[in-house]
Amino acid sequence: MIVTYLIISILSALLLFVNKSRVLNGAFVALFMLVQCTLTVYEFTQRGSYDAVYFKADSLALLMLAVLTVVAIPALLHKFNYVEPEAETPRSRGIYYGAMVLLVMALSAACLSSHIAVTWIFVEITTLSASALVFHRRNVGAIEATWKYIFVCSISLVFVFIGILLLSISLGNAGQAQLQYDSLMQAAANLDPFWIKIAFVFIFTGYTAKFGLMPMYTAGIDAKDKAPAPAAALFSSVLMNVGFVGIFRFYQIVARTSVKPWADTIIMVAAVLSILISTVYLIKVKNIKRMLAYSSVEHMGVVALGLAAGGIGCFAAILHLVLHTFAKSALFFHTGHIYKYFKSKNIYSIGNYFRYNRAGAVFMLLAFVCIAAMPPFGLFVSELLTFKALIASHHILVLVVTLVLLTTIIWALGRNVLKMLFVDSENVHVQQSVRHNVAEMTMQYLLLALTVWLGLCPPQWFVDLIEEAVQLITF
Amino acid sequence: MTTILLIIFAITLLYFSIANRLMTYLSILTLQGVLLFGVALLELREMSAVNFAFILLETVIVKAIAVPLFIRHVIKKNKIRREAEPFVPYFISLVVTTLIIVVAFVLSTMVDAPNINRTYFVVAISSVFSGLFFIVSRKKIITHVICYALIENGVFILSLAVGNEMPLLVNLGVLLDVFISIFLLGIFINKIGNVINDGSVAELSSIKD
Repeated sequence: MIVTYLIISILSALLLFVNKSRVLNGAFVALFMLVQCTLTVYEFTQRGSYDAVYFKADSLALLMLAVLTVVAIPALLHKFNYVEPEAETPRSRGIYYGAMVLLVMALSAACLSSHIAVTWIFVEITTLSASALVFHRRNVGAIEATWKYIFVCSISLVFVFIGILLLSISLGNAGQAQLQYDSLMQAAANLDPFWIKIAFVFIFTGYTAKFGLMPMYTAGIDAKDKAPAPAAALFSSVLMNVGFVGIFRFYQIVARTSVKPWADTIIMVAAVLSILISTVYLIKVKNIKRMLAYSSVEHMGVVALGLAAGGIGCFAAILHLVLHTFAKSALFFHTGHIYKYFKSKNIYSIGNYFRYNRAGAVFMLLAFVCIAAMPPFGLFVSELLTFKALIASHHILVLVVTLVLLTTIIWALGRNVLKMLFVDSENVHVQQSVRHNVAEMTMQYLLLALTVWLGLCPPQWFVDLIEEAVQLITF
Repeated sequence: MTTILLIIFAITLLYFSIANRLMTYLSILTLQGVLLFGVALLELREMSAVNFAFILLETVIVKAIAVPLFIRHVIKKNKIRREAEPFVPYFISLVVTTLIIVVAFVLSTMVDAPNINRTYFVVAISSVFSGLFFIVSRKKIITHVICYALIENGVFILSLAVGNEMPLLVNLGVLLDVFISIFLLGIFINKIGNVINDGSVAELSSIKD
């Protein structure tokens, strides 16, 4: 099935690149969405079994694939040309949709992959397709952001590859089959801790470019700022999840060795530093998309904290990741709408949003409450569980520092969001003839509703999936 | 024999640190590509025809010919000035590169690894880290691409050090990586060249908070 999926996706991406008709473009995108849904449903029926040797539908893969499909469909349905609809050419439309299809395909395959090198190859493809999306506007800013994105991601992925090579040194002889995650986990106890440590440092550093943690988070911020809103929504949610998957898969191996406490320390240091940096930037940032991107860095920091704290923290980390995906993608979708009204991403040029678009303003208010992790939204539950895990693992100092930083972040976010919603500003130039897109608005509300539902009364199958994924590292 | 080739490779790194013309950088890349082909040939004695063709494609055709030619084309097309223009004096570059090699050497003697050839390890690690050093110490964007190719060469040596022929799949991935990165970056320099004249990293700092 996965092979069929890859072939159909690549073909539809190619056809999207070449053809000029809007109707045909729509048809190919619809075809891809259908195939994406079919793959998701199919993999759920094939739970736990291998597909085409290199792919396995285990619990984490299924969870991430389902989340990806839920976010990818609204992303493909959202209009990308909200800034200047008249500037859309058949060519730019084709490249945009082709790159989106390739990105979603590479993300799905990277989630499902059961081989460390296959994951790496598909993450590499996400860099390629994402850079086409960042370059979409073709202006100076887009060039700069794309350049930085390609460069930092390429270097980071070289690091990951060096990590994989070092891992195979510790294996002794690197047969192809031995780099499957399952056989690596079996062999883990016999691996040389020294090489595992070095490999972990390289792989962790490399994947932080996608995951959005210290030290390689920088490229992602510029990319999310310059890409069209639906693409930025994918970068800030599911692309980060794939970075998490890359780290988690290697952590599965590390968790079976004596290196685990050492690796936990590394992850925790990176997590606290990420939260610190996002706090500093959130206080001074004036661009709404960059603000949301830094907020993602903070949330990924919380996810990493949960993972490193262990115990209930692992459960909380995965739950937080899933809920953040829905919340942040909805917010990024909405930045497109805000831009339509104010023709600016600068917070000083946005004001009194309640007057112009009531539905949108209520959404922004709710979404702010959501990413500030306040009830009734699910992120509250997952953050609370993370804090519990930190207390249980006796990381009181880390907990106190994190709480102080998170409180500062709520203040910084609140100041900016409330200003946009309620305060009138002289620099505001509103486009009067904007028409709401009810369908897009509904999708954004639905994504927010998902975070309430999954956080407060999660269905049993969802909890089971997360618990099964946690068992991969706590066994 | 492979040791001699690898030592020559390490010497090219030292030469790279003091070279001041972009074209010299490209010649070094070509030389390194040929050296890598020699090492791979000697290392993987019994290999299948497919694997041989692949190694030939990866080292000689891509690393030694296609990438330098392509970068040369980019330099000509964008009328980039031919000097490397580093931020630090050449002498310091040389010292740092030497230090990197020495540290890699010391590290490799400390590491207890029965199944890895130390020379490969030293050359690979020093190539990766000198590449990173050259990136931060050179001003031009095009030199970043060249240094990226240098890092890729280091990774290639490391993959040989692992012994056993790498699975074809992984090789394909590496090739894809080189292709995407070098060519995409090159194309981007053309785009940057249309907007920014000098091709210096200083011009790529408008996005910030």
